[in-house]
Amino acid sequence: MSRARPEPVQVVKARRDAALATLVEGLPFARFLGVGFERMGDELTAQLTYDDRIIGNPMLPAIHGGATGAFLEIAAQVELAWAAVWERMEAGGEAAAAIERGEFPPMPKTIDFTVDYLRAGLPRDAYARATINRAGRRYASVRVEAWQDERGRPFAAATGHFLMPEAGAARKAGGA
Amino acid sequence: MAEDDGPPAPDPTGEPDPDRIAEIGRRFVGAIPWSKALGMELLALHRGVAEMRTPYDARFVGDAATGVLHGGVLTALLDSCSGAAVMSHPSGPLGTATIDLRIDYMRAARPGKAVTARAECHRATRSVAFVRAVAYEDDPEDPVATSTGAFTIERGPA
Repeated sequence: MSRARPEPVQVVKARRDAALATLVEGLPFARFLGVGFERMGDELTAQLTYDDRIIGNPMLPAIHGGATGAFLEIAAQVELAWAAVWERMEAGGEAAAAIERGEFPPMPKTIDFTVDYLRAGLPRDAYARATINRAGRRYASVRVEAWQDERGRPFAAATGHFLMPEAGAARKAGGA
Repeated sequence: MAEDDGPPAPDPTGEPDPDRIAEIGRRFVGAIPWSKALGMELLALHRGVAEMRTPYDARFVGDAATGVLHGGVLTALLDSCSGAAVMSHPSGPLGTATIDLRIDYMRAARPGKAVTARAECHRATRSVAFVRAVAYEDDPEDPVATSTGAFTIERGPA
């Protein structure tokens, strides 16, 4: 029994990073807000790069609740979309080839999103990680937490529900 | 907690004072960088009810494939508008911050159209305000999104 040689690490990394970049480019508002993503394997960390524009209370100063909420929503939505892209890439064959051609499944649509504002967002970078509570065929539940200096002291958290793309649309994009 | 301190001018009569409205408007929109970045304008403010609008802009799009505004733009609009509603409550809060905000997305916003929000602070206790809001393009009966939020109320010494 012989096993196929694993692909060189740089090839795997380049493919995954390119897919993530394409996914995030599909969200112009993420760029406007200053949100990017760090990837370690399939795990994503969203990063909100601080800019004076995102202030909501110039007196404190503190980040605008609307900017914090948007950051959390982008982190949750990209986590869900990325899980679908990752699955296709790992499946190989036509599903992976479609991703390589830039044929991505449509973005999940937000049904509802609830943000808890735990403390004021300080004028510095923020990070967020999202966890998929459940991803069904049609509906998904995601929770997300954002922090700044200390991972254990989140400044905001949220839970959201999303409508997943129709199976037909997903097939067209991913071939699976 | 990421909202604005309001102007310290309680309105004992409960009557609208154009100067106070202009002051709140300036502070809530013109002086708030993120509201300004999203092009928000205050349309109306009276006794716990606020109306604000944000324009359509290609940079605010959440899905390049459809051109639909990102939910986060509506979050900012509904949060700001709700905060403004709290500040205009007749009980005269000195400041407010968002405790929580839930947004329900009824449908995609129509590409190319500005979105208006109308928020009502329907209840204000000594420390907490409760606010409902709706976001729409033309008709409040045909909403893009609705929100419910709880906000802190800062008051002066009793």
